[in-house]
Amino acid sequence: MGATLKDATAIAGIGQTPFAKRLEESEKTLACRAILAALDDAGIAPAEVDAFASYTMEETDEVEIAKAIGAGDVTHFSKVGYGGGGSCATVAHLAAAVATGQAHVGVAWRSRKRGSGPRPWKNTQVQLPTPGQWTRPFGLLRPADEIGMLARRYMHEYGATRDHLFNVALACRNRANQNPAAMMYDRPLTREMYMTARWISEPLCLFDNCLETDGALACVVVSAERARDCRRRPVYVHSVAQGLPAQHHGMVNYWNDDPLSGPAWTAARQLWKNADLGPQDVDVAQIYDAFTPLIPLSLEGYGFCGRGEGAAFTEGGALETGGRLPLNTAGGGLSEAYVHGFNLITEGVKQLRGTSTAQVPGAATCLVTAGEGVPTSALLLRS
Amino acid sequence: MQSRNVMSQSVTQPTDNPADTVDDLLVPVPDEDGAPFWEYAARGELRVQTCTECTAPRFPPRPCCPHCQSFDSHWRTTSGRGHIWSFVVPHPPLLPAYAAQAPYNAVVVELADAPRIRLVGNVVADADARLDSVDPARLRIGAPVRAVFHTPPGGVTVPRWVLERP
Repeated sequence: MGATLKDATAIAGIGQTPFAKRLEESEKTLACRAILAALDDAGIAPAEVDAFASYTMEETDEVEIAKAIGAGDVTHFSKVGYGGGGSCATVAHLAAAVATGQAHVGVAWRSRKRGSGPRPWKNTQVQLPTPGQWTRPFGLLRPADEIGMLARRYMHEYGATRDHLFNVALACRNRANQNPAAMMYDRPLTREMYMTARWISEPLCLFDNCLETDGALACVVVSAERARDCRRRPVYVHSVAQGLPAQHHGMVNYWNDDPLSGPAWTAARQLWKNADLGPQDVDVAQIYDAFTPLIPLSLEGYGFCGRGEGAAFTEGGALETGGRLPLNTAGGGLSEAYVHGFNLITEGVKQLRGTSTAQVPGAATCLVTAGEGVPTSALLLRS
Repeated sequence: MQSRNVMSQSVTQPTDNPADTVDDLLVPVPDEDGAPFWEYAARGELRVQTCTECTAPRFPPRPCCPHCQSFDSHWRTTSGRGHIWSFVVPHPPLLPAYAAQAPYNAVVVELADAPRIRLVGNVVADADARLDSVDPARLRIGAPVRAVFHTPPGGVTVPRWVLERP
């Protein structure tokens, strides 16, 4: 006993490609570019890489990537399921491998052409987390429909309104407007635009949905000791967690006693249990935002407010710069890029290095979360 | 009744391509655990899998009881009555057959006699009406509904819902 991941590892390098509706290069090429950029950022040679972690939905694999970038002998490789729920778990798995001596230099990555490529829900043969026989014949086809169902129930139970969802969309868009790399950099959002936007699945409109993006990102995980010798200031992995609650159903969590308390609650209990810090210590948060309602749900789950208070939490500019909890400071999935949440990890690192385009002064602790509404994961990073 | 006993030949076999259906809406592609639900639906019955040992109903169907771990189950008849727990109104982009009827409603119905059993479905004007046959403005969380059964020509029978107070 006594073994802990607390501050045992650090993110030493991050890398990314441009984000766009369409990039010409293949997912494999984009993955290699992001990974090599992350290694260069850390000042670590590709031949030193001996661990990989990614998502089960990632289409590039470690064999091809290792061969292309010139990795050495690889002794740990892992893939995590449930789409965006796996983002933080990729770093968590690498942290566990490095902390226990299974590997020394780990690379996590996500490369996806979701902007120019197909929409996954259009392929009715694909085995998605959704148990299709119970939902799809009735036209509950897309993630927006599935989460919209929970969103309306949430609004009904707690008096949340579209203005609360707008607060989320606006905070992300305002930060994207400060970030030249964001797809929505030059596209301000107004309340009128939001309230008159076309519906996707009522109660969710266009601006409640994340972007469709081509792009790739990566990060490098090493021991804390090694990180102190790298090019950049280390960002320590203070606590990690995964969460699959009892009787949970990914995306269509309608079939248990309490559908509105999802995987965030499970991950949060584990995350805080193994941390020296609590929600009150978080300076800035990168919360998974494939859909705006995931933010109030996650704010509750990770303990920033009480049950049913997540919508009210967003009032008064709480999620903006200078607010109670600056959110998704590069723009998030709603307004920077939707690459299954990996850009939330890299933005967390930038905040703790002091290099964000919407820097929170003196930020020393950042929460990063993966997809809520699916089996999820989370990271607590500190400088 | 053991669940295996209702895997009768009369269950319409899913096609290789689930989108290739008579009325172009997706048909249920049952798994082994779910097949009895659709078999009973074809007879106009709404039944839920129930543990023979501890009597707890469970949904979606699965091989054993999460409460007592028994593998013995039967399919309990329900009244077919329930309440709208939540709903969405999807708009395009959608699969073509659904886009043609959009905006329509998709609801989650909580069963009156098994409150934690919630079924996804559609509220329609009558069993064979279009998915958009009820004005979404008439839908409310909590509204009472009852099951009706729609059988597309040559297709798989699905439960749908009509408002108790239209």
